Amino acid sequence: MSILVDDTTKVLVQGLGSAGRFHTDKAIAYGTNVVAAVHPKRGGESERFEGATDHSGVPGRDDRYALDLPIFRTVREAVRATGANASVIFVPPPGAADAILEAADAGLELVVAITEGIPIMDMVTVKRVLQGSPTRLVGPNCPGVITPHACKIGIMPGYIHEGGRIGVVSRSGTLTYEAVKQLTDNGLGQTSAVGIGGDPVNGTNFVDVLELYNDDPATEGVIMIGEIGGSAEEEAAAWIEANMSKPVAAFIAGTTAPPGKRMGHAGAIISGGRGTAKDKIAALEAAGVVVAQTPSDMGAAMLSAMARAGNR
Amino acid sequence: MKIHEYQAKQLMAARGIAVPVGRVATTPDEAAAAVRPVVEAGGHPVVVIKSQIHAGGRGKGRFKEHPDLPGVNVVTDGVEGGIAAAEARVRQLAEQMLGSTLVTVQTGPEGKQVNRVYVEQGIDIARELYLSVVLDRASGRNVVMASTEGGMEIEEVAARAPEKILRETIDPATSLADFQARRLAYGLGLDGEAFGNGVAFLEALAAAAESLDTDLVEINPLVVTAQGSVMALDGKMSFDNNALFRHPDVVGMRDLSEENAAEVEAGKYGLSFIKLDGSVGCLVNGAGLAMATMDTIKQVGGEPANFLDVGGGATEENVTAAFTIITSDPNVKGIFVNIFGGIMKCDTIANGVIAAVKQVGLEVPLVVRLEGTNVDLGKRILSASGLNLIAADDMKDGARKIVELAR
Repeated sequence: MSILVDDTTKVLVQGLGSAGRFHTDKAIAYGTNVVAAVHPKRGGESERFEGATDHSGVPGRDDRYALDLPIFRTVREAVRATGANASVIFVPPPGAADAILEAADAGLELVVAITEGIPIMDMVTVKRVLQGSPTRLVGPNCPGVITPHACKIGIMPGYIHEGGRIGVVSRSGTLTYEAVKQLTDNGLGQTSAVGIGGDPVNGTNFVDVLELYNDDPATEGVIMIGEIGGSAEEEAAAWIEANMSKPVAAFIAGTTAPPGKRMGHAGAIISGGRGTAKDKIAALEAAGVVVAQTPSDMGAAMLSAMARAGNR
Repeated sequence: MKIHEYQAKQLMAARGIAVPVGRVATTPDEAAAAVRPVVEAGGHPVVVIKSQIHAGGRGKGRFKEHPDLPGVNVVTDGVEGGIAAAEARVRQLAEQMLGSTLVTVQTGPEGKQVNRVYVEQGIDIARELYLSVVLDRASGRNVVMASTEGGMEIEEVAARAPEKILRETIDPATSLADFQARRLAYGLGLDGEAFGNGVAFLEALAAAAESLDTDLVEINPLVVTAQGSVMALDGKMSFDNNALFRHPDVVGMRDLSEENAAEVEAGKYGLSFIKLDGSVGCLVNGAGLAMATMDTIKQVGGEPANFLDVGGGATEENVTAAFTIITSDPNVKGIFVNIFGGIMKCDTIANGVIAAVKQVGLEVPLVVRLEGTNVDLGKRILSASGLNLIAADDMKDGARKIVELAR
């Protein structure tokens, strides 16, 4: 089992520029069922993808792939023709919010926005429009969502993932890879890994993903990776204390970050003394979460959280 | 991106938000020449001369060169001596302020050089209030915050008397609604002329925040005059960098002299760089990993010299630029390259590091930790290069090694 995506997920791609093309190719090589692309000026054309599949693919799958991906003018046309139920967005910042709105309008269950640099006010509007809509937005400014061996939507390196027992959720791309690799190395593996992104206004937050993992029978524990800025980690801590039935380990980046400076991510800023790593770590520890002191200790923290839960 | 007070007031005035009359000056002559038009337009012989730097606390701040001189000065010489007396005093103050270094609670002990002063009409203040528009991340919307405690830092009010902070969340579908603006005006105790002026001010400010893509607008103090006018006595604005592409007028207001030169240089190469005070230089991909690398260095007993995220799409040229910026800091006693390749390929990093060392030399120890996409190729390139570097197994191991070497 897994959350958000599995081998039944049919993915359409919005934004086939160089990044979109590159990562679509990697997704197909991984074994993701990519069914369509949308481009307003290239409707009716197709885009050729071919190459060798990843070794991490399902055993027995062909070693090579060759696919002419159909391109549609609109998301609605693409969904009608292919039955796509998820979208990944690589559209550059000025048009990215519109791309998300179009995907939601077409009724897609899941929209994963990879684009970094979308204006905050655009996301304020998108979030308002998505309220009450059945579409779940993940991101923007995130690495995407993966369920090992089944579906990779995003830009994460596929080969570090291994199917297993732990759910990962993170505001940071590269720290997600650190956690995933440690879980692969220590044999716990992942049910899914979800990057919720580094922007201050996003579609899916820690609590949403924790809830999904809590309800997923295959997930036995969760690693959550937060960072300075905002209060999503504190909200997660409160939710964990009240609802979470599975062990949780965490890492929070930015203990040494100076106040008032934006640390790479638009959302990673301590403002007015709020959003510090210290406060977030204290809130999580008070909720029973095992917080790793460095990213290198995340896998060990997960093991210790599971041992602690087993001894209860 | 931040701008000066006088620029924020220009943007406000253009959007129907009441601000005092003022003129900016970069020389004592210009400052003196600003007095007459400001006095005539304001109809009042008192003027204020204000230092323009990207930091708050200017009124309480003092100059390094003139320890008794505040960053903001009220000039009343015009009341008895007429415009000529006011001009003479403004010129004298501008001579002292321009080119001098102002130290405030927000500048740090090194202070900031004042290159511009703003000569503004004196205002007959009846009440000082606080007003800001800022993103509320929990709701994903802008929120207007107001308080009767004008002149006080909002964080201080939040800590001491949180009930005095009024909040209205702005629905992007409607902007600030009339009833919300009225509710704020009632809460601020505005009445008579000031009530209508306050409502208009609030609605114009909320609309400006949205249309200008600000990430903060703060009016502290917002003043009510004896005549019932409501105007921005001070004005602070900063902008969402992601939205600058649609605001060329705002980009034109950027003052590079207010920013750290190394951070500006890094920005040209798409690098996210922040200078810190430690001795271990860091070159990392990804914002989270870059922060965590600093944290780990501190954890094992060192101090990071910088935050540096080369980003996902960095080229060899970007990596070389990053390396050059790090090594140009004389405090740096060692460099830690920490890469988990995703989109970023380890061979790109390896080639960038080699090119940089060839270009700028390497006089401090270098520890490299590579993981992820094309890791084996990256490691091969580095070991074949003959560079004098130390390889690390994971980031904690790398942090330990570089902290030891940089002692």
